[in-house]
Amino acid sequence: MGRQNLRNLFWKRFKRNGLAVAGGVIVLALFFVAVFAPLLSPYNPDAIDRHNVLMPPSLHHPLGTDDLGRDVMSRMIWGARISLAVGFVAIGIATAIGMLLGALAGYYGGWTDRVIMRFIDIMLSIPTFFLILAVIAFVGSSIWNIMIVIGLTAWMGVARLVRAEFLSLKEREFVLAARAIGASDVRIIFRHVMINSMAPVLVSAVLGVAGAVLVESALSFLGIGVQPPTPSWGNILSLGKDYIELAWWLSVFPGLAILVTVLGYNLLGEGIRDSIDPRLWETERK
Amino acid sequence: MKKAFSLFALFVLVVFVPGCKGGNEAVGQEPLTKISGPPAYGDALIDGSIGEPTILIPMLSGDAASQDVAGLIFNGLVKYDTDLGIIGDLAESWDISKDGLVITFHLKKGVRWTDGVEFTADDVIFGFNTIINKKTPTAYSEDFLQVKKAEVLDKYTFRVTYGKPFAPALASWGNLVVLPKHLLEGKDLTKSEFGRDPVGMGPYKLTNWVPGQELILDSNHDYFEGRPYIDRFVYRVIPDRATMFLELQTGGVDMMDLTPIQYTKQTGSEYFRNNFQKFRYPQFVYTYMGFNLKHPFFKDRRVRQAIAYAIDKSEIIDVVLFGLGSPATGPYVPNTWPYNPDVKKYPYNPEKARQLLKEAGWEDTDGDGILDKDGRPFRFTILTNMGNTLRMNTATIIQWKLAKIGIKVDIKVLEWSTFVNEFIDKRRFEAVILGWQISPDPDQFDIWDSKKTKEKEFNFVSYSNPEVDALLEKGRRTYNIEERKKAYFRIQEILAEDLPYIFLYVPDATPIVHARFKGIKPSPIGITYNLPKWYVPRQLQRHHLEP
Amino acid sequence: MLAYLFKRLLEIIPTLFGITLISFFIIHLAPGKPTDIFTELNPKITPEARERLEKLYHLDKPVIVQYGLWLKKIARFDFGESFSSDHRPVIEKIWDSRKPLIERRLFVTFMINLLSMGVILLVALPLGIFSATHQNSLWDKIATTTVFIGFAMPTFWLALLLMILFGVELHWLPISQLKSMGYASLPFWGKVWDLAKHLLLPIFVSAFTGLAADSRFMRSSMLEVVRQDFVTVARAKGLPERLVIYRHAFRNALLPIITLAGLSVGGLVGGSVIFENIFGIPGMGQLFYMSVMTRDYPTVMGILTIGAFLTLFGNLLADLGYMLADPRIRAK
Repeated sequence: MGRQNLRNLFWKRFKRNGLAVAGGVIVLALFFVAVFAPLLSPYNPDAIDRHNVLMPPSLHHPLGTDDLGRDVMSRMIWGARISLAVGFVAIGIATAIGMLLGALAGYYGGWTDRVIMRFIDIMLSIPTFFLILAVIAFVGSSIWNIMIVIGLTAWMGVARLVRAEFLSLKEREFVLAARAIGASDVRIIFRHVMINSMAPVLVSAVLGVAGAVLVESALSFLGIGVQPPTPSWGNILSLGKDYIELAWWLSVFPGLAILVTVLGYNLLGEGIRDSIDPRLWETERK
Repeated sequence: MKKAFSLFALFVLVVFVPGCKGGNEAVGQEPLTKISGPPAYGDALIDGSIGEPTILIPMLSGDAASQDVAGLIFNGLVKYDTDLGIIGDLAESWDISKDGLVITFHLKKGVRWTDGVEFTADDVIFGFNTIINKKTPTAYSEDFLQVKKAEVLDKYTFRVTYGKPFAPALASWGNLVVLPKHLLEGKDLTKSEFGRDPVGMGPYKLTNWVPGQELILDSNHDYFEGRPYIDRFVYRVIPDRATMFLELQTGGVDMMDLTPIQYTKQTGSEYFRNNFQKFRYPQFVYTYMGFNLKHPFFKDRRVRQAIAYAIDKSEIIDVVLFGLGSPATGPYVPNTWPYNPDVKKYPYNPEKARQLLKEAGWEDTDGDGILDKDGRPFRFTILTNMGNTLRMNTATIIQWKLAKIGIKVDIKVLEWSTFVNEFIDKRRFEAVILGWQISPDPDQFDIWDSKKTKEKEFNFVSYSNPEVDALLEKGRRTYNIEERKKAYFRIQEILAEDLPYIFLYVPDATPIVHARFKGIKPSPIGITYNLPKWYVPRQLQRHHLEP
Repeated sequence: MLAYLFKRLLEIIPTLFGITLISFFIIHLAPGKPTDIFTELNPKITPEARERLEKLYHLDKPVIVQYGLWLKKIARFDFGESFSSDHRPVIEKIWDSRKPLIERRLFVTFMINLLSMGVILLVALPLGIFSATHQNSLWDKIATTTVFIGFAMPTFWLALLLMILFGVELHWLPISQLKSMGYASLPFWGKVWDLAKHLLLPIFVSAFTGLAADSRFMRSSMLEVVRQDFVTVARAKGLPERLVIYRHAFRNALLPIITLAGLSVGGLVGGSVIFENIFGIPGMGQLFYMSVMTRDYPTVMGILTIGAFLTLFGNLLADLGYMLADPRIRAK
């Protein structure tokens, strides 16, 4: 089966999966909002208005205002950028580390493999959220620290995946052939094997982004997430928590936004997985 | 059919009778606040707290929760009266020598520790020796290191001699220094179980401590001021403020500190008016914006004054505190004797601010909306600590206001210990928003004296004014209130002119207590000072304890 | 089989060592000292007083020496003394053997996690199988969406909404904590009932938000097994579909789930920080958060180590379960 064919098959299957398409649409919409935030946002998200504190949704403020009279809709739109950035940078870091270590372990085997696998075991046994919490509290909760720490604690899955792919691929014909014609290790790793293990990595990354968004909101709940006045969905929701009985709009909108995006990433990720997994095709053909 | 109907009735009841909350509202239709009765023993008071105490030995505890609870277990020689005068507690009376160097305390007789042993002067000197012992990890030894000699004259007489007159001396003999010698002598205080299972002589004694959940205290029937009416005091630890407020509404908590918004907007319903009593009084705390006076921007007094004119304190109080506070004009809180109301004030006036900045050489020459001088834009960072919404919101409002006169402000929120170690101690800041907790004694030598600017000392803004230095020394070396008052009044005038800080606001404390508790008398020192005298009339008692 | 078990146990030692090393250094790279909280905003503290506090806690020694001292103690299960002003041994804060079981933090966290793990498995397995046997049906989609909504819902938000509904509005359940005021005087079954009422919401929240991984994994594992030869053979033999699914397919699909459940212990334990804080439950997660915020290093280290130990233990149990369930390994 040629690559072109595979791609067509993937699309055909993906399009038939309604939930996956819905997930894809949600994620695209999120990108759109984040990219065009300055155009979409009706107000300056930092504009304080002492006469409009905690106003319920209205024509002027479609999602109401917060405790400083700032427009919630504008803050949510700008917050989309932060939430997106946290997710993508964190998982970018995790994926890079995971692929590198996974490739090294899978390709070289032996001691390299053993040391890396032990390291993965160690990281997997420390309750992740404990580790994130401790480090963020100690090094300070700037947005960069949050991204980096989430990234540094989320690479183990990818590493295992890539390693497994390598183990199964490295004895295949095309790798053996590349080696026979004298290609370097680096070239083999990156040109040949890595390309072939991209699909599962992509799925795991999409699911990882969803996790990162949730971790940021959990950190915000504990007061050490992205710090206001920078708006993130997590800190808007966490603020809304304290006003939950008085100003429902302050928790419902960011809560739903997190819910829907995380759901979107998950459905998309699962959809991609289903569409690229040949093992699942056969069951359906039956 | 009948069953269906009653189910429906239940539904209606639940959905349409929001007032039907809490426990014992069944007592007629009359609001609980209106029902009164004679004092009676019994019932329990559940106090909600965000934090959990760590140790119940006053001299070792650093947090408010520990001090709250330890305050019910231990008494001091003296205490503050409701008018902020000093009155005897375990001390019946005291004499101060003419030169102010010697204080002789005459202790009350017949006071007993809750294990039955009598309290004597030996316990006081034991506590004193413990607090000045270098091995004791206490943060409060400073005042006691001023003591030159401490001696027990007889079982009920205790005398201390100071090297120099020291105005805060008398007040320092509160509940920090009294410890039961017979239980602790020869033991390592930090290693003993005493901090988790203390024996005191106060109105309540600790019965059980469930970590992370609650501390249960039962009343001390032999309390020397009479048995407290409320039999049990439960200190419930609920780390989340929203959860605690829900508990208040369902009867899980009887008393808590409300946030400004809870006070103004969420407790005004009929249900709350009938079932709770709210209080409001200024706290001994003020919030300020401090400048690094070594920074080139803020060396010039006109710049600091301009910023003061550009900030609308009433807006901050309205928005951040929902009006529950008062503007601060100096480092003392209104309605206390050291407070000077007639100092220079800075009413909101952006025009005047611009003009002052212009005089100081700040103008927007390149038209980018930000003032500049010698090619440098007026842009600085305000630092504040994490987890304090009020300060965070204050910084956000100041940022917005200063943007309007062409000053660009960035806000950086830091975790407390990073903030102190890396930024305050190393003087790596431009401006900060912080608060000081002040004691009723006005001595603030550590904060304003020009010698206190070394690393880790408290004059971190590097304020230096020889006149203030002299006045501070004068104020702490005399017992004469009028002389002290004169010194501190003058200090406030100078500070208001110099503006090393912009004094922002004094927030009000806003506790709420269930209405079945009677006998609460609010005062400048709060409401809990007479907790042993609170009571619940017999017919309103909710919790019945087994003997 | 015993040899395999022994090998696994041996592997734990370097892993535990690595865990302590990593967390110890990360924690000590951070600026700030535990003495800061103690001295917060009190102008009456002199710098000399601060230095004295630091000396007392050995904070002036090089990090590597501190680690050595700490490791030496840990070998004896002594996690040192808490930096908070109560100075209690860390192990006593986590597991106070003089208190009843229900007042020991480790037990509380362990019990809640065990219960929610049980609930997760009880719901996730049938749901996964159902989704797999009805692949791509409407019900499959509803199940998929439901478990993902659980995953996607910020835990503290869901918890708060449920507290308002069941606590404040309906008065059916208590809002927070583990026990009622009069717990001590209740008879045995009264105590159980009281605990159950308090645990219902936390366990529901924890289970609902943790359902996705297991049920999705069960689904795909089932899908994979269903098309394997032995299932086809079973079908060909004319066994009823129900029997094929539950007797043959299920048992084989269960194997990878066991491993996954073992691995998810870390996530559950970590997640306890959130729901213990919102529900005011006195467990290890709550203590961890408090210790982190007050820089109580010994307690932070103790909990990290014990948490990691629990996770490792979970993995080991999973391995054991795997061995017992998989005839191929059992035979060896």
